[in-house]
Amino acid sequence: MRLEVKDLHVHYGKIEAIKGVSIVVNEGEIVTLIGANGAGKTTMLKTISGLRPVSSGQILFDGQDISRMAAHDRVELGLSQAPEGRGIFPGMTVLENLEMGKYHRKDRKSEMKEDLEKVYHLFPRLLERINQAGGTLSGGEQQMLAIGRALMARPKVLLLDEPSMGLAPLMIANIFRIITEINNLGTTILLVEQNAQQALQRAHRAYVLETGNVVKEAKASDLLNDPAVRAAYLGVGAH
Amino acid sequence: MIKVTFNLRDKGAEFWDRSPRWRRVLLSVIFIGFCYALPFLNNPLINTPGSDFQSVLFYPVGMYVMMAIGLNIVVGKSGLLDLGYVAFFAIGAYTMAILGTKTDLNFWEILPIGVGLAMLSGVLLGTPTLRLRGDYLAIVTLGFGEIVRIFAVNTDAIGGSRGIAGIPTPPDIFKAKFTILDPKPYYWLLLTFTLLIIWMVRRLAARRPGRAWDAIRQDDDVAQLMGINTRRSKVWAFVLGAAVAGVGGVIYASQILSIVPDQFNLNVSILILACVVFGGIGNIWGVILGAVLLAFTPERIRFLSQPRILVFGIALVVMMNLRPDGILPKKKREHLEPNWDHVEESGEGEIK
Repeated sequence: MRLEVKDLHVHYGKIEAIKGVSIVVNEGEIVTLIGANGAGKTTMLKTISGLRPVSSGQILFDGQDISRMAAHDRVELGLSQAPEGRGIFPGMTVLENLEMGKYHRKDRKSEMKEDLEKVYHLFPRLLERINQAGGTLSGGEQQMLAIGRALMARPKVLLLDEPSMGLAPLMIANIFRIITEINNLGTTILLVEQNAQQALQRAHRAYVLETGNVVKEAKASDLLNDPAVRAAYLGVGAH
Repeated sequence: MIKVTFNLRDKGAEFWDRSPRWRRVLLSVIFIGFCYALPFLNNPLINTPGSDFQSVLFYPVGMYVMMAIGLNIVVGKSGLLDLGYVAFFAIGAYTMAILGTKTDLNFWEILPIGVGLAMLSGVLLGTPTLRLRGDYLAIVTLGFGEIVRIFAVNTDAIGGSRGIAGIPTPPDIFKAKFTILDPKPYYWLLLTFTLLIIWMVRRLAARRPGRAWDAIRQDDDVAQLMGINTRRSKVWAFVLGAAVAGVGGVIYASQILSIVPDQFNLNVSILILACVVFGGIGNIWGVILGAVLLAFTPERIRFLSQPRILVFGIALVVMMNLRPDGILPKKKREHLEPNWDHVEESGEGEIK
């Protein structure tokens, strides 16, 4: 088990956002957390990456408890997140953004060229815009940049927060195709998505999150055909 | 609509980038030479009727420039609003005053102690408070600035509200004698330290610490996701800013001979911040220009006597309306017009 979350509770002030969630992400998998707005998906990712404090419960990475570890140390262990809403640095160029992704790596100088080429191979569009400021990219390009930058850290587990948010259907399909490709290249992925259709088609396993609880856990392909999930998340009524 | 604005900063940067090495060296030498020669360039164009030109060069002009460079590390580079910056200046000045009058240590021995104490207070203030963001940090630092001043007022051991008098001057360097009558050596001393600080700040800003500050300013959370220890970076920015103010404080106290707590009031913090904002947050040359103008102008128009602060205030308001980002703003790439040409060709658009 690469990543394991055990009975996690997270609070915003007095409000409990995550009410005892347990999930498992195995080596080489794409695991997706789907759910509606406010289900706690983003909170889950932020807690796993260390931006939100844990109230109780455990987060294990390769068996090591990291629930009290600072966010920047978790990056060093191999957890890398592409934040929600394309959290790139708008005032830095595409290249500078990608270089920031390597900030903590000790061998950043020797790795830089190789990893930049990998990212450009996955996202040729970024190479075209290499000297453009991040804030001037289109939504899809910003998402590519956020994912590319996370990959620069050579993550063992890549955390993706709503990569489809605000993108046109064509771009969504494109991004998800690349996510599968990244996974095929050997990176384990935890994907949080509202676009259940795409997420379930790409993932191996899935958890359905509702108001801070996991209400369902299954193989992604099974959930695609689950009448309740179809009715609630795939926009297909159970006739 | 095409908006054509003449951007002095970009033109300057472009010229500099295209210049061969010899031209850069030549320009630097001319600029530095000009700065050192300034006390002798007292002419009707830039003189200050009503106050001694050479004194004005030391205080407020030189002192404001140094402090503005220091505050720019905190406010401009890392985006932390510090309204109590004067506290570190006061700590430097008081270290010089206390150790200078109570011990046999001379200026050069006290300088590192004063800087060290300013840095230490930067750590003490920064460590607990830098988890706060934006306005909250501003309030806490504002409080800190006032606490230091009020502490000095109420502590009789360091002179209370009467302050400390009889602070020794630095020992002579070759033929340059540091006396109350001649501000030139002090100005040169201050200028030398300022140049050293500029050199240091520019090197840091281009390297990893600068990158980290840049990232933190743009997005604190995302900076953490890059593996940046954001709290440590912020404390470092705070401590370096404090060190610069500490240097200023020690030099200031050794020139003015006597200090009182009320010299270190909130107005100084606000004025230094105004220098940074007025010149152009984040761009060191803008900040320097801002400090020079803000320190020099009130002295230059002293002949207006009573209404001079009013005129100065109006000039500030007008300036900030004309150039809200400052005189020489930092290159703001996030404001560049996006290039949408590619959107149609790829059939991609944004749905909001």
